[in-house]
Amino acid sequence: MQRIIKNGVVVDESWHLLPQDTPFESVSNSDDVIVPLSMWLEHGRALTVRDGGLGVWLESDEQIEDIADDLQHFQVIALNFPVFTDGRHFSSARLLRERYGYKGEIRAIGDVLRDQVFLMHRCGFDAFAIRPDRDPEDALQSLRDFSVTYQAAVDQPLPLFRRRAQPA
Amino acid sequence: MYVYDQYDQQIVEERVKQFRDQIRRYLAGELTDAELLPLRLQNGLYIQRYAPMLRLAVPYGNLRSEQLRKLAQITRDYDKGYAHISTRQNIQLNWPELEDVPDILAELATVQMHSIQTSGNCIRNTTTDQFAGVAKDELIDPRPWCEIIRQWSTFHPEFVRLPRKFKIAVNGAVRDRAAIEVHDIGLEAVKNDAGELGFRVLVGGGLGRTPIVGSFINEFMPWQHLLSYLEAILRIYNRYGRRDNKFKARIKILVKALTPEVFAQKVDQEWQHLKDGPLTLTQQEVDRVSQYFTAPAYETLADEAALLASLSAEHPGFGRWRMRNVFEHKQPGYAAVTLSLKPTGTAPGDITDKQLDALADLADRYSFGEVRTTHNQNIVLADVRQADLFELWGELRELGFATPNIGLLTDIICCPGGDFCSLANAKSIPIAEAIQRRFDDLDYLFDLGEIDLNISGCMNACGHHHVGHIGILGVDKKGEEFYQVSLGGSSGRDATLGQILGPSFAQDAMPDVIGKIIDVFVEHREEDEPFLDTFRRVGIAPFKERVYAANH
Repeated sequence: MQRIIKNGVVVDESWHLLPQDTPFESVSNSDDVIVPLSMWLEHGRALTVRDGGLGVWLESDEQIEDIADDLQHFQVIALNFPVFTDGRHFSSARLLRERYGYKGEIRAIGDVLRDQVFLMHRCGFDAFAIRPDRDPEDALQSLRDFSVTYQAAVDQPLPLFRRRAQPA
Repeated sequence: MYVYDQYDQQIVEERVKQFRDQIRRYLAGELTDAELLPLRLQNGLYIQRYAPMLRLAVPYGNLRSEQLRKLAQITRDYDKGYAHISTRQNIQLNWPELEDVPDILAELATVQMHSIQTSGNCIRNTTTDQFAGVAKDELIDPRPWCEIIRQWSTFHPEFVRLPRKFKIAVNGAVRDRAAIEVHDIGLEAVKNDAGELGFRVLVGGGLGRTPIVGSFINEFMPWQHLLSYLEAILRIYNRYGRRDNKFKARIKILVKALTPEVFAQKVDQEWQHLKDGPLTLTQQEVDRVSQYFTAPAYETLADEAALLASLSAEHPGFGRWRMRNVFEHKQPGYAAVTLSLKPTGTAPGDITDKQLDALADLADRYSFGEVRTTHNQNIVLADVRQADLFELWGELRELGFATPNIGLLTDIICCPGGDFCSLANAKSIPIAEAIQRRFDDLDYLFDLGEIDLNISGCMNACGHHHVGHIGILGVDKKGEEFYQVSLGGSSGRDATLGQILGPSFAQDAMPDVIGKIIDVFVEHREEDEPFLDTFRRVGIAPFKERVYAANH
């Protein structure tokens, strides 16, 4: 069983991430599943009446605007990183939190490595499916790489210049 | 200049710790080469032809004397006793050992320095006018704004995995000495009719493989909204910039594909969401940062025109140096002095450990303990008393800093080229030297007037060849090093890109080629016309004709 980082601790993963070409008919009624965006767009209504938990995952070139009106249906939104240098979903995560008010889990999937998690967390990711050949316990340590940051982001609503201005 | 508080210091120290652990994991085999690559690049560390190269950040070119002394010591202890000033006003070490880099960074942190984001696909060092704060033609001092941008861009969580590198420059003066029009974002300070400060915003300029002069997409963005507007631009770029082809990944390609008008609309739509949010700048923060850039404790002095004129008459060498290397200052009785790092026989922009130490002393004695690096790869002492100029000139001559060639043909901008850089197609330093040797007659050089000659060893264009009045580009022709020449580029206001003269030349032909170009200029020149004006008047044809004429 894969172990992932959730809210700052490593836990056993219980959700099923369905690959892009999964037939809709094969989706179990009771499992917790994260479906590809294409399946959601095609079978959204049917997916919401299942008994199991529902999440959706997006490729790096898919736009969160496509699910912006549907967020209440998802317990998990997983954002895929085909390579760890692809930063598009850093913006997606911030938009989900800051613009669309999404409160559920935002999970990084794909080529997710330790040295990205600090910044991803700042952008609103709270779950990290670290690449299977790496140890998520190691990656946990990098969530504490910095104790001070200049910018406003999801973890810190005020930029440093506004915090500096406050009396200690 | 800016002084760190406990927050700035903490960030730099935590960075050292983070990078030390990354290098440890790399050496232990826990990080692959490919995984380390963006991490080390965003810390300025390249694996070069012979050794790693470490690029240290010099934010908008400002350095204090204690930092210069630390740099001198680092080049002695960890390198071969010299450093190199880059065209982004940064400082490069050519021979550090990979294993030493964390220690070098720890040493730098003790003097409020680092190498954060000096390379990689992130927001790079923001650059500006080397005469910021002292130029007579200045509307505002751009340095506080550069520092505000530095802090916003340092480890910006959303913008460290961009499609490609991203460069911002700020100009606060009438003349553009910061080449803002060939930057990913160029900011020009402007005031509206009510006298309020704002920024005119340009996007999509850049050199490299596809050189483009950028487009202004906003004529007046009030200063309070500067950061939210920058964030909107970067977000559009991060989301929609191309990632399938690294040669088409700069923002200029996106702006061109969408058209500047459509790009501006997308930015504006995004900005409507960010506007008036927590990123809105406060007067308190602008004041806090600006207090570090107030005028130093100038004495009340008068200009020394008569004294300097008589010294110049008595010492023609001083007169020549004053004409080229001394820049007018807005404070009466003061001047800004450019130290040339372009004497013949030295790689342009190189400076030794002894020179760095000596420079620190000069800064303390003559210029309030501060210097600036320039994108032309020279050094500026910005606040020298005019009455001290003659004495300073004597010291600069001893140190090899007094070559009176600022702005002249031999003040060549030159990348490290094939002698150091693994990207280069061709060497660039020997070309610069051959041209300097060819034009070693100072009187003749002075007569020729201002000519920007820029050399890049490959199309990445670190030597800014596209915007040289004369540009030279190293190319690879079936495994041999050749050089393509372009004419008529300019990095100032209404920037232009040079036109390619024609087929490229072998290395040993280059001094003669430049010689013929200069001959054509001299023949067509009207009175004291600058090279660029003559070129714009007569066009490229007469140059082409002469250079490619059959020898007989």
